[in-house]
Amino acid sequence: MRSWPARGTIAAALVAAAFSLTTMPVEGQGPAYRAPRTADGKANLSGIWQALNEAYWDIEAHASAPGLVLALGASNAVPGGVGIVEGPLPYRPEALAKKRENVASRLTLDPENKCYLPGVPRATYMPYPFQIVQTPAYIMIVHTYARAVRTIYMTDHTDAPADSWMGWSNGTWDGETLVVDTTGFNDQTWFDRAGNFHSDALHVVERFTATSGDHLQYEATIEDPKVFARPWKISMPLYRRLEKNAQLMEFNCVPFVEDLIYGHLRKQPAK
Amino acid sequence: MRHRLFAVLTAGGLAIAMLLAVPVPVATQGPTVAPGAGVPRVAATPTTWTVRRTPDGKPDLQGFWNNTTYTPLERPKDVTKEYYTPEEALAMINRSAAAEAEQTVPGTIPDVHYDFTQFGLDRSQAPLSLNLRTSLIVDPPEGRLPPMTEEGRRRAAARAEARKQMGGPRDAVQNQSLSVRCILMDRNGPPMLAGAYNNNYQILQAPGSMMILVEMLHGPRVIPTDGRPPLPQNVRQLGGSSRGRWDGDTLVIETANFTDTTAYQGSSENMRLTERFTRVDEETLLYRFTVDDPATWTRPWSAEVPWKKAIGPLFEHACHEGNYGLYNTLAGARLEEKRAAEAAAGKPSN
Repeated sequence: MRSWPARGTIAAALVAAAFSLTTMPVEGQGPAYRAPRTADGKANLSGIWQALNEAYWDIEAHASAPGLVLALGASNAVPGGVGIVEGPLPYRPEALAKKRENVASRLTLDPENKCYLPGVPRATYMPYPFQIVQTPAYIMIVHTYARAVRTIYMTDHTDAPADSWMGWSNGTWDGETLVVDTTGFNDQTWFDRAGNFHSDALHVVERFTATSGDHLQYEATIEDPKVFARPWKISMPLYRRLEKNAQLMEFNCVPFVEDLIYGHLRKQPAK
Repeated sequence: MRHRLFAVLTAGGLAIAMLLAVPVPVATQGPTVAPGAGVPRVAATPTTWTVRRTPDGKPDLQGFWNNTTYTPLERPKDVTKEYYTPEEALAMINRSAAAEAEQTVPGTIPDVHYDFTQFGLDRSQAPLSLNLRTSLIVDPPEGRLPPMTEEGRRRAAARAEARKQMGGPRDAVQNQSLSVRCILMDRNGPPMLAGAYNNNYQILQAPGSMMILVEMLHGPRVIPTDGRPPLPQNVRQLGGSSRGRWDGDTLVIETANFTDTTAYQGSSENMRLTERFTRVDEETLLYRFTVDDPATWTRPWSAEVPWKKAIGPLFEHACHEGNYGLYNTLAGARLEEKRAAEAAAGKPSN
């Protein structure tokens, strides 16, 4: 687990960032969009957002394919996607073998099927909306899927007290960009339904930047020396849910998976 | 079990220390007390205390809170008054703490369980808000649930019969309680009430939204406060559909659209719940709720619990992901049946 730099370092970096970025456009995006401010003067990223891509099936580029459940036919088939990763994932050889095992057994192994917490960054691009609740000291990301919650500590930066499914997130502002540094993961979550996985050495640095009133540019650097030979990046836009009545709906999926997980332990009627 | 005895003494010591530090508002006790009068003020809070406000001028309810209490929802049958004296309240807390510390007989099978006095799991180790009330229910004034309607009694009997038809608690996962299955716990509510441990909450206030994170089940409640209409009546959720608004300095959350499974204290799915949050001092958030369900009770009823400022942070409670106890309970029952069948057939068991 990576330890968090001292607060002084962060403060210095923030001051430097504030000076260097206020007048500079965000790289590759033309003149920087300036989001509405929160009461404390930060870019306001609040709202209900959702990714709109096929990465929840497979973060790598992939062609369409039949689904995993025969009875569901085309309604559960895999839509093709151009991927959110540049190039193939840099798996270490032994890790690549495990990824292939995961693919072969994904119907039973994918933690999503069991309503387990999705981990990071997978939660971000699952096909469900999530809400950012932004305050100066804490920013929470509330996901629809499995009611997963991430707390991003903006002022009280500490190391993860223990490993967890959603990790331990410390946040900073890099000009207009919210930077979230997350460690303290367990090794139980995947990146997608294609068996892409990580270890408990996972370290994710995400960048959320508003590029219009209704778009966030999302970028994450994934580092996991036990599984990958080098760090790699994903990126995608996130879209604001513009429905006037958009809200997070309850998706308490535990009752949906109980027969899947415990069904074989049901008492059989006497013969 | 020496450590347990020590824990009881510590709990008593803590309670005494709390009483010494806390001036009790005796003068305000009586039949006409305002909400919050049963909540002792902390000595360190100056009498000139005014509520801090968020940039939009609303009272700032944010922070970490804990609603642990030893006060029962309903007034014990042998108690006839609304408030205990401080001495009586202390005695009640100590009796309850002692019972909690010795919840099982040492050396028996039920004793193979985590020890509530360790890991901060017993209530005496929580940031306890001393409450002189003899029940959480404040209305009806008798401190007990109002009588059930005929329809409510019929429904309760029908639910009991349906449960009987489902078989024993170890026959199928669906026969276990929602809390054992990590679906809904009393801390999640609504209404949100303490259990034995981990009664921790974090409140965030953002323009247009209130966020109440319940540590148990990592249960987030994101409540729109922008005046939007509720969900259509036919859309039912375990936690209902909540809308928030301000009534002066009190946050009011109204919730409806429950399911028949939610069944709070035997309620119907048409229960309407009104929760009121008022910050009464730096250390205390007063939580009051009213249950209105004419299909179940002859009149609405209300309860009140002080929430005490707590120390963060909250941790991830991945209950379902680690629910080995539930799995083992069911697997153990099936193994017992297999062994019994083999014994009956005269085969050796493995």
